[in-house]
Amino acid sequence: MPAKALPSALEAAASILRGDERALARLITGLEDGDPAAAGTLRALRGGSAAVGQLTAQVVGVTGPPGSGKSTLVDKLISAYRAKGLRVGVLAVDPSSPFSGGAILGDRIRMQRAEAGPGGGLDPGVFIRSLASRGRLGGLSRATAQSARALEAAGYGVVIVETVGIGQSEIDIARLADTVVLVSMPGSGDDIQVIKAGVMEIGDVFVVNKADREGSDRVVREIRAMLETGATLRQDLALRQGGAAELQPVLKTVAETGEGLPELVLALDARWAKLNASGELASRRARGAAAEARSLLAERALAELALLEPGLEEGLAMEIVRGEREVAEAAEILFSAIRK
Amino acid sequence: MDRKIRVLVAKPGLDGHDRGAKVVARAMRDAGMEVIYTGLRQTPEQIVQAAVQEDVDVLAMSILSGAHNHLFPRVMELLADKGASDVLVVGGGVIPEDDIPFLESKGIAAVFGPGTPTSATIEFIKANVKRR
Amino acid sequence: MGDTDKLRASVEAWRAGVDKSLAKHPERKASFETGSDAPVERLYTPLDLEGEGYAEAIGLPGEFPYTRGVQATMYRGRLWTMRQYAGFGTAEESNERYKYLLAQGQTGLSIAFDLPTQIGYDSDHPLSAGEVGKVGVAVDSLVDMEVLFAGIPLDKVSTSMTINAPAAVLLAMYVAVAEKQGVSPSALEGTIQNDILKEYIARGTYIFPPAPSMRLITDVFAYCARSVPNWNTISISGYHIREAGSTASQEVAFTLADGIAYVDAAVKAGLDVDDFAPRLSFFFNAHNDLFEEAAKFRAARRMWAHIMRERFGAVNPKSWMLRFHTQTAGSTLTAQQPDNNVVRVTLQALAAALGGTQSLHTNSRDEALALPTEASVRIALRTQQIIAYESGVAETPDPLAGSYYVESLTDRVEKEALAYLARIDELGGAVRAIEEGYVQREIQDAAYAYQKKIESGERVVVGLNKFQVPEGRPTGLLKVDPSVGERQAAALRALRLRRDGARVAAALRGVDAAARGDANMMPPILEAVRAYATLGEICDAMRAVFGEYRPGSTF
Repeated sequence: MPAKALPSALEAAASILRGDERALARLITGLEDGDPAAAGTLRALRGGSAAVGQLTAQVVGVTGPPGSGKSTLVDKLISAYRAKGLRVGVLAVDPSSPFSGGAILGDRIRMQRAEAGPGGGLDPGVFIRSLASRGRLGGLSRATAQSARALEAAGYGVVIVETVGIGQSEIDIARLADTVVLVSMPGSGDDIQVIKAGVMEIGDVFVVNKADREGSDRVVREIRAMLETGATLRQDLALRQGGAAELQPVLKTVAETGEGLPELVLALDARWAKLNASGELASRRARGAAAEARSLLAERALAELALLEPGLEEGLAMEIVRGEREVAEAAEILFSAIRK
Repeated sequence: MDRKIRVLVAKPGLDGHDRGAKVVARAMRDAGMEVIYTGLRQTPEQIVQAAVQEDVDVLAMSILSGAHNHLFPRVMELLADKGASDVLVVGGGVIPEDDIPFLESKGIAAVFGPGTPTSATIEFIKANVKRR
Repeated sequence: MGDTDKLRASVEAWRAGVDKSLAKHPERKASFETGSDAPVERLYTPLDLEGEGYAEAIGLPGEFPYTRGVQATMYRGRLWTMRQYAGFGTAEESNERYKYLLAQGQTGLSIAFDLPTQIGYDSDHPLSAGEVGKVGVAVDSLVDMEVLFAGIPLDKVSTSMTINAPAAVLLAMYVAVAEKQGVSPSALEGTIQNDILKEYIARGTYIFPPAPSMRLITDVFAYCARSVPNWNTISISGYHIREAGSTASQEVAFTLADGIAYVDAAVKAGLDVDDFAPRLSFFFNAHNDLFEEAAKFRAARRMWAHIMRERFGAVNPKSWMLRFHTQTAGSTLTAQQPDNNVVRVTLQALAAALGGTQSLHTNSRDEALALPTEASVRIALRTQQIIAYESGVAETPDPLAGSYYVESLTDRVEKEALAYLARIDELGGAVRAIEEGYVQREIQDAAYAYQKKIESGERVVVGLNKFQVPEGRPTGLLKVDPSVGERQAAALRALRLRRDGARVAAALRGVDAAARGDANMMPPILEAVRAYATLGEICDAMRAVFGEYRPGSTF
């Protein structure tokens, strides 16, 4: 049963569709804060956009280790998409401090549109928002996926989500992005560390940035080798029959100078065309949405747990410690308590 | 709801002295705020665009070049144009006492001079931020 | 039992005795630290001076490794150059201030430029609005430079110019003014700061990305080696690194790392190390911790001598010598009870003299509030004159040598700085370490730690977090006339009408062509300056080819 939009939600959605940046920014804040009114606005906004067939933004996730030049790469992607006439939305996610809950968000520095010229003349076609990961250590903020949808519905033709590749966030980014760009760079010595094993499978396009540095060809070779190994391990018959051509593209870039950027944009365009033509886009997004709903459900359950009679959880824990109960039993008791 | 105070720390003007801005940014983070840092040489237009897109509660500007009387009022004007006058705006850096009444008349809520403890700035923000 | 063993035994006995009495007579604090947060022991003795012998580690004044100073007789021969950094408003106003300072007994000029000049924008550029003439003098073209030095014979003064990204252009203007005065470039003495790496690290007045910036710097090295032989082609600066919050050891480490990067670049560009290294100069900060600061200067000299001789194979002793200018620490000045700053500056200036500086700027008491007034500048100059003529520290070279404490501090600064240099080498050198934000992060960590100690009261700053008094608002501060910008803009309009437009255009094409190729940039820049092309026009020509530097986040 879809929630009915409140008049205020319709009004906010209309403002956003008129190009009111402040209303859009407010919506994202509301989504970050878990404000129910924001959920209503997003519903109204997406409803309006879906009606006019506007939910067609490619959501590109850009992730990689610190220092790999992601922000500069995103900056250059912004320019490239602007040159094609697309409006660009950017969500730059950085971790919150586990100690204070605060954060310093500095990715914007590299993405400011210096080309717009001195003394003003800002580009209204670019919306950049910095998000802190908040409670979810090393992961994406709860609101990131919803914010990406908000930008799409607001008419940004490309939405780029930049995250630092540590821990949970790679899994999150694969869930919310249509295309994941995994960025690495030639390191000092232990090059293979640039991409952790287990993360390879989420990459749709691989970029070796700072490719003017020594060792970039080696990183490219290593990534290709890992992709081929992964394909073989999966016993991917289609791939073995089709040869190596079906492997994900591995591209070299020098974001600082723009070298390799046209090739990257071409690869992203090809991927986007394929996603749309094959119908994979809808199924991928559905998978992502289901996973997102499941994690919201888990969060919700944990929140319920917090509202239960005080001491229940601690009491059970002590019983486990004393050998009076097993963990599985305790979980069962908590589950029944929530269901009540 | 998990409401965080969001602050834009901005360096208008051409001076490159960002020690103070960076120290304050770190102190704000350690006080649980989310701080967006703009980097050097930001025009009033860039600052206001960032403040709007980032939907900050607070705009903290640091300037040591002496151009505050020109740049701060311009920022306030542009904020008003965008309907964002509810952002709490504070200033810091080398700003002569004589200039403070003028800046306050333009809507700068407070000016924190050299030697101000970061805790004083943070307390001021917590007490004066206009919660929505 | 040898002498050392006897000493060790008696020191141990002394420590045991003190430990016993501590219960009754405790020390003021559980631990003691230097101004840079290094631990300070209860006692220093000859036992702390282990390792190399006197000759290798300390040596004699004027001899390798120059720990005790670069000249044999130091200030007995000639006092340090007293050089107050000054400039504001228009060229006319600054010219008056320079003449005043020279009349007061100052022995060299130090030019402060406004921010638009330092970033290569003309006074009528949109980004210059509100900035013209504020932190220094506005120079848009050779016209302003002619006025700035009117009545000051350039073969009689040495001039230091705090200019970095567009240093080549301002040097060209200085040479062109000299030509007009009938002074040969070979007779010119002075310094351009020309140190772009610390702009990326700490000071922020960069224009171009690192690679073309390094090329401009090595072009200046090569040009001056041929045409302006007595000019200091660079002032490799730790001053701003320290102002940004570094420790003393970091100041030495990051400055010398930058120095190594410049020498590397020049050698790669085909210059012979001994052709340019004697003209390299340095610029350090002086903080309040008298002994640690004096030790810092001694350590820096010793390290550079080894670096130049062993790492770069320089054979000319002048290449081994680290000569430096010092400025007292602006960041230590308080806006509260500003007269106290005179005392801080005295301690800092004393550290610089004890550390063997070649020239010195003493800050004025009111600089935490505004640009200094004439009265404040005079006190600042008098401060170093009193140290030079009344304190007695100038009467023998390196008077602190042999102090167990100071020698062990010198060793410690050197050891810590060497560890940083090793780390920076691992990262691929100073340019790479800066691009990765490593250097900036190390400095920011130190700055934040320092601030937290002040706020907790662990570190006392008199008048700021202890011994405060209620204060009224300070009066009589210097104000720069806000109409400077309009006057400069009007002068620019007039200049653009009266100059030979075709000659300007041709000269700027010359700059463009040189920037695209690999010929030395100085001759075409000099030609453009002579044609009265403006600073902004020349820098724009280079921006079009070189691009602009865009920093990232370094948190």
